[in-house]
Amino acid sequence: MTVEASRETQTPVDLVTLSIDDVEVSVPKGTLVIRAAELVGTEIPRFCDHPLLEPVGACRQCLVEVPDAGNGRGFPKPQASCTLEVAPGMVVRTQVTSPVAEKAQHGTMELLLVNHPLDCPVCDKGGECPLQNQAMSHGRGESRFAETKRTFPKPLAVSEQVLLDRERCVLCARCTRFSEQVAGDPFIALVERGARQQVGIGPSTDEQAFGDRPGADGSSGGAQPFHSYFSGNTIQICPVGALTSADYRFRSRPFDLVSTPSVAEHDACGAAIRVDHRRGTVMRRLAGDDPEVNEEWVTDKDRFAFTWSRQDDRLRTPLVRDPDTGELVPASWPGALAAAAAGLREAAGKVGVLPGGRLTAEDAYAYSVFARVALRTNDIDFRTRPHSAEEAAFLAARVATVQDVATRDLETASTVLLVGLEPEDEAGTLFLRLRKGSRHGVRVAAVASHTTRGLAKVGGELLTARPGEEASALDAIQDSDGSADVGLDARSVVLLGERLASSPGAFSAAVRLAERTGARLAWVPRRAGDRGAVETGCLPTLLPGARPVGDAEARADLAAAWGVRSVPAKAGRDTTSILRAAARGQLRALVVGGVEVDDLPDPALAREALAAADFVVSLEVRESDVTRAADVVLPVAPPVEKSGTFVTWEGRLRPFGRVLDVPGSLTDVRVLAGIAEELGAPLGFRTTAGAMRSMADLGPWDGERVAAPDLAAPEAKEPRGGEVVLATWRQLVDDGRLQDGQDRYRATARRAVLKASAATLAAAGVEPGDVATISTDLGSASFPTAVADLPDGVVWAPGNNGVHLRGALGADHGSTVRLTAGGAS
Amino acid sequence: MSDTNGGGSLKETLWDPIAGFGVTFRTMFRKPVTEQYPFEKRPTAPRFHGRHQLNRWPDGLEKCVGCELCAWACPADAIYVEGASNGPSDEDRFSPGERYGRVYQINYLRCILCGLCIEACPTRALTMTNEYELADDNRADLIYEKSDLLAPLLPGMVEPPHAMLISDDHHDYYAGKTLPVVEVTHGSASTGDGA
Ligand code: SF4
Ligand code: SF4
Ligand code: SF4
Ligand code: FES
Repeated sequence: MTVEASRETQTPVDLVTLSIDDVEVSVPKGTLVIRAAELVGTEIPRFCDHPLLEPVGACRQCLVEVPDAGNGRGFPKPQASCTLEVAPGMVVRTQVTSPVAEKAQHGTMELLLVNHPLDCPVCDKGGECPLQNQAMSHGRGESRFAETKRTFPKPLAVSEQVLLDRERCVLCARCTRFSEQVAGDPFIALVERGARQQVGIGPSTDEQAFGDRPGADGSSGGAQPFHSYFSGNTIQICPVGALTSADYRFRSRPFDLVSTPSVAEHDACGAAIRVDHRRGTVMRRLAGDDPEVNEEWVTDKDRFAFTWSRQDDRLRTPLVRDPDTGELVPASWPGALAAAAAGLREAAGKVGVLPGGRLTAEDAYAYSVFARVALRTNDIDFRTRPHSAEEAAFLAARVATVQDVATRDLETASTVLLVGLEPEDEAGTLFLRLRKGSRHGVRVAAVASHTTRGLAKVGGELLTARPGEEASALDAIQDSDGSADVGLDARSVVLLGERLASSPGAFSAAVRLAERTGARLAWVPRRAGDRGAVETGCLPTLLPGARPVGDAEARADLAAAWGVRSVPAKAGRDTTSILRAAARGQLRALVVGGVEVDDLPDPALAREALAAADFVVSLEVRESDVTRAADVVLPVAPPVEKSGTFVTWEGRLRPFGRVLDVPGSLTDVRVLAGIAEELGAPLGFRTTAGAMRSMADLGPWDGERVAAPDLAAPEAKEPRGGEVVLATWRQLVDDGRLQDGQDRYRATARRAVLKASAATLAAAGVEPGDVATISTDLGSASFPTAVADLPDGVVWAPGNNGVHLRGALGADHGSTVRLTAGGAS
Repeated sequence: MSDTNGGGSLKETLWDPIAGFGVTFRTMFRKPVTEQYPFEKRPTAPRFHGRHQLNRWPDGLEKCVGCELCAWACPADAIYVEGASNGPSDEDRFSPGERYGRVYQINYLRCILCGLCIEACPTRALTMTNEYELADDNRADLIYEKSDLLAPLLPGMVEPPHAMLISDDHHDYYAGKTLPVVEVTHGSASTGDGA
């Protein structure tokens, strides 16, 4: 029933027997009466009680009569069942059998409604409101309150995204408890007393300490907005319409929405969501309930960033470049598929494939099969960010088809070590689970450049590592002389971020660490499709199901399953080599999926490659730098218009169904199957379900795996004078294209600041709080500065908040940049 | 209703049928009444359920708050409403509160003129007129838009969007405390609230 209860069923527990409404029931010790009553089929009305929050007994709606507390004596007055634990022999009478309990509940309801406005017609919660429903089921029909009701100016914007109508609030403290207990962003609290009591925002010293908001310079800053990556959850759990979403306000009614369960496409956590649409337009997204993955919480990105696929630059028809005018002109599907096939046939044997990291597993599989069967090449790589051969070897050896760690393990692990991973920004759902674990005694440590707000919220220890030197930091943990003990053992988990690909030796050192301590390893990529692309072999050295390209037996196995004579044996090129080969004319054509040029490790090289290639086929949802350079553009469906399966960082399959049925919106599977058929080398499937069946028939490889990489940690490099090493990653809310069209949500982004130690700033002549500029030969970016506990000679800047560091500066985690005072010249 | 008693009294078997024919005989000798409908229109009963009207406040702002309760109440699923927020500036104000009905459609191909929507409306924005001429030669024209349904502008009313002209204060506005313009020129402040 609840997460707590189901976890308890895994281990034998003491049962307590009590009687509720004259029904005997046995429940685990420590169960609350309100939940024991659910087991006998009685729903006690409630507002503040929430299974994932600690009990408070704030609203008093759940009163029951307890004639016997288990010790022969009863309580003289009705008790709040949401704070009362069961006891052996206890006798509980709810509103079903006790007039006393019923009268008490009616009384509470009447008092709650005394100051509640008659707002239902204009309230977003109307039609799905626990207060409305329970006032009908457990209240009196008529109000006896004839006086003037209390009012407040409305609405109050607690953040750009969350609006508060204070007169509707029933002071249940769900929102404040969520913020404090789950998200760790206690920026809202109940303030004032009596009838004036209300949810309020206050100055936040915590915020200022991390420099994410104005006030970092030491000024008081005044009232701070409710500033949290998880603020949208409070809207959903508010049992009345006091908290509403600025975007959804007054947009629709629950009864004209069609709800479809789905999976969020923004990170590799696979959070369950519910997508509500009206007449073919998605109106809102809510958190789904999946105890194994996201419980009932999602990040604001998963909740609010859904309008990207209906922007004006959405591609609706295939486009083919007219040979005479050089313009892209609309074409029919058969014509465009034939044109794509003709161009690829021309370049036969010299085609590179870049599927990108946003695909469903089925679509990624189609790319993988398309490359091997139709194009007869292993030149395929899903990685559109810095990458290394070491990473590819690690993925082949330790990630593909491995399911060692599950989200739930983060609650029970002894230690969780984060390496090159900032879960609050890169995997919000995972972060919430980690925070839950840390509140229950899980030790968290991070090999990182500095203590981030996310690390502070999980009470994590910092093992400082300069960018690029993560490997030596990992080698120093619990090594033979017993130094840097963070308590890693067989019950521990080491989570590796995708950033480690730009840190030589880091994956090798992580493998060594795992072997030394027995800890389990998991790779947490940033994109929803990354893990699925690994599983389906969108790598130059890896075939679907963890089959190594270099293994003849694995290739033969695959060729038999696919019904082709052979699978190419030569290891392919990785993303950078594909682009370099295309720029030099060694590859003549490119097939590109959802790839942003600025995300690629070397955007300048990528532009050169796109220009130099004779023929570029782009499968995209919206117009991009790639589609503008392409010869054939094939529009494909965004996740909301198709079904599919994401694979989470744990390796869990997260299938989801189609939300919107848009005629002519084709999946990548269908499009690639069409080109393959034109090429005379069919994939063997044409649909998402067909691709899934083919994958299932294939199964994972049970032969020998690739050896894990074992590179030594590199020597520490000393930057030259005036230069610093850059630490960076992309924040949750930033300028990414999958967040387009949601201005209010974007306004909740953290302030872009450059962080460095006081000494680093002083060496560059920058006063903390003043603007500083980082620059490379390609470009520069200016940020206000804040002092943080980074090692000297290292600065941190957000990857894509205001400036796209990779696109504008060509700078990445571990790059050296120049640091100067003042703004860009 | 029907008589289950097989035999019945003399009155029931003999006199009642004759009394029934009495009406027929009486009418045979009366002058026939023929409504010359399209040429001569007779007024309906005052509470006749005719075409709907979306009412206005005395300054012309719309009463509808886009709550969709009428759409919810409608047994024939004839109403479609989309709510929206009045904008921050007065150029975007259509109703006195925060919310207004941005899209409002009634499909008279479906409407059975039952009036349940009128009962559901919390603001008396939706009422019915006595107009009954709801026929047309195509389907599209029988879907009435908000512009077709809005009450005509009476003198003193200004077509929205505009500021709350009666009063900036909501209590005073709804109480109609300050209505000098409307009262002086036209007497009744409640003419917008028809039927
Ligand atoms: S705003 Fe909503 S969730 Fe927060 S205390 Fe009030 S009623 Fe509860
Ligand atoms: S009168 Fe009846 S059928 Fe017609 S719109 Fe109103 S509720 Fe629907
Ligand atoms: S007409 Fe009345 S019931 Fe219908 S949407 Fe407008 S205010 Fe609501
Ligand atoms: S639900 Fe028990 S006091 Fe609120």
